[in-house]
Amino acid sequence: MERTLTQYIRALRAAGAGVSTTEAIDAARTLDVVGYADRTVMKTALGAVLAKSVEEKALHSRLFDLYFHRDAVTEPPPRDEADQAASPTDSEDDEADGDSDSADAFMDLAEAQDAGRTAMALEKAAQAAGTDGIRFASQASYYTRRMLEQMGVKALEQRLIGKLGEHTPEADAEARRMMEARTALQTRARAVVDARFELFGRAATETFLNEMVSERQIGALSRTDMERMKHVVARMAKRLAVKHARRRKVRNRGQLDLRRTLRANAGHDGVPFDVVWRTKRKDRPKIVAVCDVSGSVAQYVRFLLLFLFMLREKVTDLETFAFSNHLEDVGPVLESREFNAAMDHIVMQVGSASTDYGVALEDLETQFGEVIDRRTTVLILGDGRSNHANPRLDLFQQIADRAKRVVWLCPEPEGSWGMGDSCLLQYRPFCTHLSHCATAGDIERAIDEMLLAYD
Amino acid sequence: MTHPQTPPATPPGLASIEAVTAHLASAGYISTAEISTAVFLAHHLRKPVLIEGPAGVGKTDLARSLALSMDIPLLRMQCYEGLDESKALYEWKYGKQLLYTQILKEKIHLLIDGADTLDSALAKLNGFQDLFFSRDFLEPRPLLRAMEQTSGSVLLIDEIDKSDEEFEALLLEVLSDYQVTVPEIGTIAAQYPPLVILTSNNTRELGDALKRRCLHLHIDFPPAELESRIVRTRVPDVSERLLAQLVAFIQRVREENIRKLPSISETIDWARTLILLHADSLDPALVRSTLNVILKRQSDIAEIAPKVDALVGAAVRDVAETV
Repeated sequence: MERTLTQYIRALRAAGAGVSTTEAIDAARTLDVVGYADRTVMKTALGAVLAKSVEEKALHSRLFDLYFHRDAVTEPPPRDEADQAASPTDSEDDEADGDSDSADAFMDLAEAQDAGRTAMALEKAAQAAGTDGIRFASQASYYTRRMLEQMGVKALEQRLIGKLGEHTPEADAEARRMMEARTALQTRARAVVDARFELFGRAATETFLNEMVSERQIGALSRTDMERMKHVVARMAKRLAVKHARRRKVRNRGQLDLRRTLRANAGHDGVPFDVVWRTKRKDRPKIVAVCDVSGSVAQYVRFLLLFLFMLREKVTDLETFAFSNHLEDVGPVLESREFNAAMDHIVMQVGSASTDYGVALEDLETQFGEVIDRRTTVLILGDGRSNHANPRLDLFQQIADRAKRVVWLCPEPEGSWGMGDSCLLQYRPFCTHLSHCATAGDIERAIDEMLLAYD
Repeated sequence: MTHPQTPPATPPGLASIEAVTAHLASAGYISTAEISTAVFLAHHLRKPVLIEGPAGVGKTDLARSLALSMDIPLLRMQCYEGLDESKALYEWKYGKQLLYTQILKEKIHLLIDGADTLDSALAKLNGFQDLFFSRDFLEPRPLLRAMEQTSGSVLLIDEIDKSDEEFEALLLEVLSDYQVTVPEIGTIAAQYPPLVILTSNNTRELGDALKRRCLHLHIDFPPAELESRIVRTRVPDVSERLLAQLVAFIQRVREENIRKLPSISETIDWARTLILLHADSLDPALVRSTLNVILKRQSDIAEIAPKVDALVGAAVRDVAETV
């Protein structure tokens, strides 16, 4: 049972739950206390010890059912039977004699009525074939074949070829029987491999796909990728939130706060037992996002806003503005509607005209000028293509002077900055930071950097 | 993990998972399998329980009911930003030390009595140097008090997520070894390991080190059947029909898109309110006028108010179907 538990913990880890060695030891102690008799009790108890968050609880619940379902047939097999099951592997090198043995054993297993024995042999073969190492769905057929080989399918196939060459009705019938047997065991082996994939591989595949999608150009995402992307962005946002939602007070050691020290020690006749040091309160990041929502950039805006929206309240104060040929405060729309619907509404309402950065800056400065102060990071997402209108650099400079930082994210690669109607190079001197931003990974890095400036 | 004493005998209330459930029920707390298992394991593995979940689902109440049902003291420590060891562990009684210093000053000539050099006076005073940092001058705070209980206790560390990260680190010694180290005195180990309950509303992610040392229990909003049982225990006067209807209504409200979902404590308050108003079944007008008992945000009330008719209708239908 101890091995089973260790294996189960491995499965949990493969699925992404951080189970430490201490917790593994606790799990073993837990089983000593509650016993193995009642599976529901076991599940609840292990849940308390191994799964330490809501997500991990769900994971544990799913894996436990998967894992201990098969455990029903994997109680340690009796010694002699284990030898028998193992014999095909050992005898593979032996010549004709051993081969016919393993072929017989294979047929025997395939046609056995005893479900428990077959299951046990499959389990044994799965272990010998290293099926627990499966990571991707595409590996399933490879591991199925490995399992069949462990059970002696090679010998069977050799005999099958021989029978097919004989061209007699008896031999044909025999051959058909062998083929059926092979198919039968293959189906069952495949089922075992699929179950292992669910246990050990699914999470690894997910992680891999998530990494892929977060480094792919946002403009080039397919519809299925978009769905995955939402989860990826949510995870990234959570990671950043944990990183930056630290306390906002820093103790300045060495600087005495005389007033508060005197007050704290009034009860001790003014003798300073309790010494109070000066503290500095850190600014809460305040982000003003100004997003170009005209056709070419709208897709990027969607993810940037999704990202920022998940960080709001916990980490940052957020003001959001969208513009094309005029600028609007879109905070209320995003607050009141479901995110996708809100974005569609914004793109329709604001993004239908050709962009004019000059007018947008003018709107921002005259109507919402008061939101930008020395605590504010102004985050601009746009390609800087103003359709040859006046870029209003004077206004941009005013805003940049007043704000803490101005960060510009541009979906276009650096080579095309300043080409055609792009005014990006003219804006560049006033930006604290200007970077190419094409993937979700880029967005995460940019926001991370922005929040770091407040630490 | 050094425990000088052998583990104390298991009190009857913790002998089995069923016993935990029964004991908690006697204190008016309706437990689930998860809750009872966690409490049971907490005692047998000597580990603290970390409870997470939305506000008002009975996290704090579990600790209170445990103490009540086993008849042991409850030591409660409310966490907040800026909480430090002088509020949580111990503090020196400065005032008393000051007073003693003054007494000493007056009597000092008696003590050094005739010593004519500074060295000999110091030698005579040396015997008193530890006086000011002894147990007599130590003011125990909740964590140290829990270590000093001789017949067990429930230590509730409430809303740990509100405290600073440094405080979490401070807790580690207490939580894993059940001991407190006072540099001037030494290590004070628990006489009888307390049952430790930590609660968190998840306003920030807790450290891995802390989570690793705790059993984890997540209490969510209860399903209708469990919620009815809880309300019936707390508000025995409520009529069956009203109870079923109001629970069905609350369950439906929780499915709505609102910021602060009503929790069990709100359900209980609402049941009490409705009894005071002599209601024996839900009707839309009544619900509308008492909506502020279950919803605590103006925007939530505005969201639900227009839907009250439909929700009450659905709740009444839910009940009619099950009867």
